This record gives sequence, C-alpha cells and structure tokens, in this order.
Amino acid sequence: MKFGVETMIVGIGAFLALLAVAFAQDKAFESHMWVLFFVLLCAAVVLLRRSSFTTAGAVSADADTSGYFDEVIKYGVVATVAWGIVGFLVGVIVASQLAFPDLNIEPWFNFGRVRPLHTSAVVFAFGGNALIATSLYVVQRTTRARLFGGNLAWFVFWGYQLFIVMAATGYLLGITESREYAEPEWYVDIWLTIVWVAYLVVFMGTLIRRKEPHIYVANWFYLAFIITIAMLHVVNNLSMPVSFLGAKSYSAFSGVQDALTQWWYGHNAVGFFLTAGFLGMMYYFIPKQVGRPVYSYRLSIIHFWALIFLYIWAGPHHLHYTALPDWAQTLGMAFSIMLWMPSWGGMINGLMTLSGAWDKIRTDPIVRMMVISVAFYGMSTFEGPVMSIKAVNSLSHYTDWTIGHVHSGALGWVGMITFGAVYFLVPKLWHRERLYSLRMINWHFWLATLGIVVYAAVMWVAGIQQGLMWREYDDQGFLVYSFAETVAAMRPYYILRTVGGLLYLAGGLVMGFNVLMTILGHVREETPIPGSQPVMQPAQ
Amino acid sequence: MDYQTMRTFADSWGLLFMVIVFVGVIAYTFRPGSKKEADKISRIPLGDDDALDGKD
Repeated sequence: MKFGVETMIVGIGAFLALLAVAFAQDKAFESHMWVLFFVLLCAAVVLLRRSSFTTAGAVSADADTSGYFDEVIKYGVVATVAWGIVGFLVGVIVASQLAFPDLNIEPWFNFGRVRPLHTSAVVFAFGGNALIATSLYVVQRTTRARLFGGNLAWFVFWGYQLFIVMAATGYLLGITESREYAEPEWYVDIWLTIVWVAYLVVFMGTLIRRKEPHIYVANWFYLAFIITIAMLHVVNNLSMPVSFLGAKSYSAFSGVQDALTQWWYGHNAVGFFLTAGFLGMMYYFIPKQVGRPVYSYRLSIIHFWALIFLYIWAGPHHLHYTALPDWAQTLGMAFSIMLWMPSWGGMINGLMTLSGAWDKIRTDPIVRMMVISVAFYGMSTFEGPVMSIKAVNSLSHYTDWTIGHVHSGALGWVGMITFGAVYFLVPKLWHRERLYSLRMINWHFWLATLGIVVYAAVMWVAGIQQGLMWREYDDQGFLVYSFAETVAAMRPYYILRTVGGLLYLAGGLVMGFNVLMTILGHVREETPIPGSQPVMQPAQ
Repeated sequence: MDYQTMRTFADSWGLLFMVIVFVGVIAYTFRPGSKKEADKISRIPLGDDDALDGKD
C-alpha cells in the first residue's frame, strides 16, 4: 500500500492535535490546534484517496527511481510562485493599511498581525520554497546523482508547508514570540527544526553519493545556508514554554543578550538565507541561462569564504546606540563595511559571466531578469554597509529608509533571481519546448523593475525626511516636530509605496499566468523578441 | 570558565585561528596550477541536465 505508514502517522497527528485542543491551557493555543487538526485531517483524507493497493512485491508504474527526482521540485516551483503572489498581495495590504489606517480590521487583520504574515510569506514561504526547490534541482545536476533519502524529500516539502501554515495562522491569532523574522512560537520552531534536519540529510546525502568528484560552488552556498540557518534558528529560539499545552514561551536570554542573540540571528538570516542561498542560485542559473561558465571560479571560492567569515559578525549594527557595549557596535560596523569586498567581488563575478554574450541582455528576457537581480545585489550590498556606519545609522535607523533598503534587496535581488530561476526551471521540469510566452517575461520584468524603483526611491525620500524631522531642534533646544506630525508627513509616500507594491504584484500575477499556461502545455503565438533568433542569410 | 576567560580566548587564539584558516584558504585557492582545475570545475553545470546516466 502506497503511503500506508505516512497516512497513519498523519492520522495519529490529527488525533493528537485534537487532544491538544481538549487540554489546551490558553485560548490561542486551542484555536491554533484546531487549525492543525483540520490541516492534518485534510492531509490524511488526501493521502487515503491516493493510496493504491497492489500486491506485495509488485512494482507500480511510478516507482522508477533511476533518474533525477524532479516531482518534488515541480511542487516546490508551484509553491514558490503561489506563495510569492500571496506574499506580494499581503505586502500591498499592509502598505495600504499604513496609508489608510481604516483598513486595519481588528483583531485578526490589524497591521501588527499582518506585517509578520507579509515578511514570513515572502521570506520563508516564497524565498524558502524557492531555495529548497532550486537546491534540490542544482545538487542533483551538479553531482549527477539522484536525491538521497527517497520520500524524505516529500517530507521536507510538505513539512515545510505545514510550518508556513502554522506560522501564518499563528500570527493572525496573535501568537508571537515578538522576535523579528523568528515570530513563530516554540512548538512551531521545534517542527521547523525537524523539517530542517531532514532537509540537511537529503542535501548532504546527495552530496556524499555524488558521481562528480568536485562539489560545484553553488552547492557550497546552499550547504552554508542550510547549516547556518539550522544553527541560528536553534540558538535564537532557545526558550521555555509556560506550559507544554500553551502558546506562550519566554526566551532563555534576557535584556541586551537577548537583543544581541536576536540580531545575530536577524542579520544572518539576511546573510545566509537571503544572500548565501540565492548566491547558490546565481552561480548555477546564470551560467546555465547564458551558456558560459562563471567568469572566475576562483573568485567564487574567495567570495564564498569571505562571505562566511565576515557576515556572521555584522549583526550588532542593528543595535547602534543601544545598551550593547560600544566595542560590539563598532565590531558590527567594521565587519559590515568589510562585507563590501566579497559582495562586490561576487556581483562582478556574476555580471562578468556574461562577457562575450552581452547581447543576451537585449535578446533574452530571462538573462535580463538575472542581470538586474545581480545589479540590485550590488546596490543593496553597497547601501547596507553605508547604513551600518554609526553616523549614518543615527539618521537612518527606525526610519523608512531601512524599509527601502530591505526592499531593494528583497524585491530586486532575491525576487528577480528567483523569477529567473523559475522561468528557467518550468519548461525543463515539465518538458516544454519553451515558456508559454517570452514577451510576458518582458512585461513582468518592467512591471517589477518599475515597482522596485518607485518603492525604493519613495522610501529613501520618506526615510531621510522622517529622520531629519525627528532630530530637528529649535534654537531653544526643543524638538520642532511632534511624533504625530512626522507620521502625517509620511502619507503621500505611503500611498506611492502602495503603488510601487501594486506594480510588483502585477508582475507576479503575469508570472503566475505564464507559468500556469506553460504547465498546461499552451504556447502563445507571438512575434519573437528581435534578435533572439538568428537572422536568415540569403543562400550564398 | 567565566565570561572574561572566554572572551580573552576568543579575541586572541580564536582570532588567530580564524585568520590563519582564512589566509590558508585564499593561498590554497591561488596555489600554482589551480586555474586549470578551477576552469574544469566551472564547466560542471554546463553538461547535459535532462537525464541521469542516459535515463530520463
């Protein structure tokens, strides 16, 4: 019986969730366990309906385990696109809530609960699924080996989706640890740890049984991402639950130690989740799409080690002018500035991979997407160290400048390289000759780029104005503006930011449609992009 | 082992160890003859990626 044991485990899990509902110590945990119960119940029913009863020893048609294991990657790509659209949509909603406060609907849909939903949806659901799917694709191709662990990869995929659903519903119910990018409570954290270890086993196992003697650099970045995130996640979430049947827990650290642990986690989530993982994508998909090896392989190795050695120390720059000891703040600042070197080395390496094939930027919209992504990587890793300098930080911190910086990195670098990878993967995975439409990639490209430019530019202006208004003194030494006045001054920027987000969301929808039509096997009749096909020469 | 001992160890021997490893990695990367090997490795992704050992 296919999935017999799995069905039973999910069924028992649903029963345990029901027991947790019955014995819950607080209302929030009770509601959350109801969610878990219904999710697991649905999963059990779906699994039951999929069981096939074959006699023992008989091999069913889809049990071929000789080739690459791509089925789970297909699911991952679809999940990436779907969660991406959800995450962008929630982003537009929270942006609208800031511009029009009446849109805050108490208690489930106010800004405080929807904002972590947005950040987790884009970082962990969209970005995380993209990283898992592409890493499992890349590791198989560059080691020339099938994924290790068989159905364990399915556990990683579905376990990760369960984590996302539990995290997202928890936020709306008001369950939070109040740690930025680590909001899920203790029991969801434990679940993610289990899934993550399984992910590490699949990835490492595949590397160990590789047919290729060398481990290609993309895998180094992916492996660094998996291991470091495991370490960060476990240490930052060390906490003691009030009750093992309750939602609330308290951190193992207190005061400034707690703050430093959180930002050691927070900044390295940027460094190893949103940078190292996606650099793995860059080092595989750009050479593939351009058809040329990476500009300098040795530079990519230096890029890797320099990034690993420096990034881990940069976290304290989130705590300038706080109770954190001065030497730690300066250390964070110094390491952030040193990060310029590997970041720009990596950016140059990515861009120069196109040398000799620059025309592809004009003719291949996927390459264009990847190139702008690397350009945004360069821009946001230039801006970041500047903002970590204490003098600059005293102006920029707590303002919308930070939000603008994060989005130039997230929408520009992370988003665009993922779109490029998705457009590369979909025709390959579903064995289509090409995407449904190449011209729609062009539309996506311009909608997204325009969205980012509007968003980032508006937030820069808003943030600097905000920072200057906060520190404006009159000649008597009194503050010129009340806080409410600085909030009111932000209104036009917040409306424009929503427009930028809408453009980016529109691009995401175009991608969703394009990917869906490709999967369904349609091909749009359209005039090819000029220069993308060789011009026919008259017979000589 | 108190905090002071740990941080003193970290900013002396720990730092030295990290620097030596880092410099060692760079030296190893640029050792004579590494370019040829690196060029070979950099071509790994460019091979056929549709099928494994001739199977689809």
